[in-house]
Formats: sequence, C-alpha cells, structure tokens
Amino acid sequence: MSTPVIDARGVHVHLGASHVLRGIDLRVDSGEVVALLGANGSGKSTLVRTVVGVLSPSQGQISLLGSPLGNGVPWHRVGYVPQRVSAAAGVPSTAAEVVASGLLHGRRLALPRGWRRQVREALDQVGLADRADDATGQLSGGQQQRVLIARALVRRPEVLVLDEPVAGVDRPSQEAFAATMTRLIGDGLTVLVVVHELGELAGLVTRAVVLRHGRVVHDGAPPRPHPDHDAAGHQHVHPHTSELPVHSETEFGLTDGPFGVGATEVHP
Amino acid sequence: MSELSHMFGDPLMQRALVAALLVGVSAPVVGTYLVQRRLALLGDGIGHVALTGVALGWLVGAGLGLVPNDVLAIPGAVVAAVVGSVLIEVVRRRGRTSGDLALAIMFYGGIAGGVLIIGIAGGSSGNLMAYLFGSISTVTSTDLVLTVVLCALILLVGIGLRPALFSVSHDEEFAVSSGLPVWALNMAVAVLAALTVTVAMRVVGLLLVSALMIVPVAIGQLVTHSFRRTMAVGSVIGVVVCVVGLSATYWYPVSPGALIVVLAIAVYAVVAGLHPLLARRQPARDPHPDIPDDVEVDVAATTTGTEGECER
Repeated sequence: MSTPVIDARGVHVHLGASHVLRGIDLRVDSGEVVALLGANGSGKSTLVRTVVGVLSPSQGQISLLGSPLGNGVPWHRVGYVPQRVSAAAGVPSTAAEVVASGLLHGRRLALPRGWRRQVREALDQVGLADRADDATGQLSGGQQQRVLIARALVRRPEVLVLDEPVAGVDRPSQEAFAATMTRLIGDGLTVLVVVHELGELAGLVTRAVVLRHGRVVHDGAPPRPHPDHDAAGHQHVHPHTSELPVHSETEFGLTDGPFGVGATEVHP
Repeated sequence: MSELSHMFGDPLMQRALVAALLVGVSAPVVGTYLVQRRLALLGDGIGHVALTGVALGWLVGAGLGLVPNDVLAIPGAVVAAVVGSVLIEVVRRRGRTSGDLALAIMFYGGIAGGVLIIGIAGGSSGNLMAYLFGSISTVTSTDLVLTVVLCALILLVGIGLRPALFSVSHDEEFAVSSGLPVWALNMAVAVLAALTVTVAMRVVGLLLVSALMIVPVAIGQLVTHSFRRTMAVGSVIGVVVCVVGLSATYWYPVSPGALIVVLAIAVYAVVAGLHPLLARRQPARDPHPDIPDDVEVDVAATTTGTEGECER
C-alpha cells in the first residue's frame, strides 16, 4: 500500500485541563473522501486542527503526506479550510487579498509570479470571481466561507482538510459547494471533511469516521441516511440498534445535543 | 515664497523635514499590522518602556563619563523597546495574562522606571521632556543617519513581507496550517513596532508615538476596502501631516509633535464626517446575493418587509 496522506496514531490532545482527544487512530489514503462525523464537542474540530499542525498532540504521532508534522511537510500540497471566523478583522481586506495569502506556505513568503491569475481562478471555482475586490466584511456568511475555500484551493492542494464547510450555509450554496467538490475529487483530490450531516456530500464520501467523547466509534462505510432524512418535518422513528435511546428530531441540523448526529446517523 | 525657500535652506529644518517625512511614511505601515491584530495600543506600551531605555542609556552614559550624557539615550530606547515588544509577544503567545493587562503593566512600569532611573543618573524628570514630547528641531546628522537606516529597514520588511505579515495578522491559525514561520513573523511585527517607536520618538515624542501609527490607518480604513490601499492611504496621510505640521512650526511657535497629531485627528474627523456623504453617492447596490433559498414565502409578506426597510 502507498504512503497514507494522513496518518495519525494514538493521538491524545489536551486543551487546558480537558482531555479532548483520547487515543485517535486515523488513516486517510490518496483519493479517499473521508467524512468526520460526531456531535458538538466530540473532538472533530480538535482532530482536524491537530492534523494540520495548529494544535500539538500531547501524545502520539501524525504524518502528513509521509512526513511527520513540522517543517518537513510539503505544505503546498495541503489545503485547510478553518471554521469561519465571524468577526471581521481590524483592517478591511478584499476577497482577493485573503485568497492570495493561501499562496504562501512553508518558506515561501512572497507571492509567486502570476498570483493575480491564480487568485482569480480560485475565486472563479467558488463562483465569486466578480467579488474579488469587495471587502470580505461586506460578503454574506456563505460567501465568506467560499472565500476561505478559495484560499485553500489557490495553491492546488492534493489534500483538502475542511472544518464544517457548509455550517450555516444556505442550501443552494451547499449544492454549489458539492458541485465544486465533485469536480475536484474527480481530479484526484483527497479530502478530510468535518460535517454535521452528510447532506449534499453523501454521494462523494467514501468512508466515514465517527467520533464520540474523543474516541473513534465508527470507521467504515458512510452511514446510510434515512430516505429524505433532512426534509422538513421528517420524524426520526426508525429503530436504532445501538445502546443509545431512540429519539425524534423534527428539524435535522438544529438538534445538536449529545446524541444529535452520532446517534441518528450511525447504523452499525 | 521666499519664506519657503528660506525654510528649505535652513540645515536644521532640512534634517527635521527628512526625519518627519521618513517617519510619516513608516509609522502607518507598521500601524496597519497593529490595527489588523487588534494591538492598536501596543505602540503606546512600547513608547512607555522606551522611556526606561532612555533613562538607562543616560545612566550608562553618565557612568562611563560620556559627553554629552544622553549620547546613549536613543540606543537605550531601541534596546528597551525591542525587549519590551518581544516580551509582550511572548506574553500574548502564552496567553497566561490577557494582552491588555500586560500592556497596562508595561505602561506603568515604563514611566515609573524611567523617572526613577533618570534621578539615579543625576538628571531630573525635566530631562525626559524632550523624549516624551519630541524634539525634532534638535535632530543632528548622526540622528538623521540612524533614522534613515531604521526607516529603510522598517519599509523593506513592512512592505517586502506584506503578504506574509498580512497572512499571519489576518488568520494566524491558517498561517500555522500553511507551515509559515509564524513565530518569526510575529516577532518581526513586534520588532518593527519597537523600531518605529524609537524613530518616531524624535518627531512626536514617546507619548504621542502611537497616534502616528494608528490615526492615519484609521483614516485609510474609512476610504478603502483593501488592506494594501489602507496602508498606502495611511502612509500618504502620515507624510502630509508630518511635513505640514513641522513646516507650520517654522512660523508659529507651537510643539511640532502635538500639532502633527492634532492635524491627523482633524483629518480623521473631516473624513469621518464626509464619509456618509461620499458613500451615498456611490451607486446603490442590493447587498443581498441573488440566489434562491429553500423557503416558501408569500410575496405579499416579502414586500411588507422591504417597505419596512425603506422607512428607516
């Protein structure tokens, strides 16, 4: 088997006094599209932030594209889309300026030749080419999220790590996002994506990893969503084989309780 | 006209004008990064610590019997400012003490230390006045060389590394995930801020140094949408207020530092006042993206909502 794109072994992460990740093993191979599912607070975001080097594990090792986290990682082959930060920063910046910062990585501290064209292409991929010179603070939440996706895509990564790319984004933007992802995955992009529900990505995901209380509780086929699972007014009445209590949700996505996603989505 | 040529012919004024021009360009460049990272008051903190540096330089100079006593004051300020700003960056990073608390402690420590040490050095707090409020009319050729070198360094790093410094100031987490040398870049911003404080000290004084870094950027923000243009507008405003303010003191006996800062704030007030008028003249554009949502609503209800908007 070839070198895994992401290889995390026995990863523990402490944030302050809390032990957030408790021994995670995660392997993502080239060409895979892995969804990371779990309720709020299960450690999904912490895991992806650790994978891209933002947080340091207190125990365990992580390799990205065959190199242990650090200066040896070929960062230009990795794209990361963090969760959207709501507050605009102190000084206004245009969408193009934000996307251009995605062209810097590792020891590359200056913009490469032809960066304007690359930035425009990346914005075009997310359908925002006409907003390149607008201040990001003036864009809607969904558009800001797409600017962050363009910032990760501008360096043409081989692996894309996304943290809730469609959280709080309207349905049409989700569909546009899925269309962009379909094209990129067709070109061989490897993806690790944190999501609350598979939704529009259901057809693309090749494997799903479910976290609960900082541990992997499922790693395998994507859980089958119930037919018209996220339709308005859908009642969760199908039996669950797990030990968790059966409950109903009327509006999927609004229920983020401890048993929110994990309990309803996993059909072991 | 002859009065103008008279002013430009005066070597003292020539040196002062060159210093003011360089400081006017550089200070807003660094200020843009500070505003971006919400550290607008960092310049003030560094300024206060630089005062202790001035006094320490004085103490060492007096101890070594150097003439004049304050020959080491500016090098002392440079060292103290760099140490202070690096310390703030370390504290910010550790996150043990909140940033504003650390700044507050720097404010008090810097002033108290300066006054205490200048007394030990055999001076009085009166000796510190020139540093607190500026003394651009006494710029020597040596001072000018130091100012040129430091400003060149500030502009080279501040503009040359703009994309990288922007990335780190805009979204530090993304910069880390790109493998950028975030620690080094943060330190670069801190050291740039320290150097700016010490060069601007001669022009406006340590107490007003931060105004020259922040107010032009605040004006730039009002009139542009982009980071690069905010920085450019800030620099232009910085040069204009520094040169105009300094020139005015050739005829009117007022403090140049205070006049420069008051001018900058006046420009800010005028631009902020005119801003709504300028904004209204731009063609109105519906800020809402034209994409369908998945909610069905009565058209009647939508119209009522729009009317409500118009009435406000």
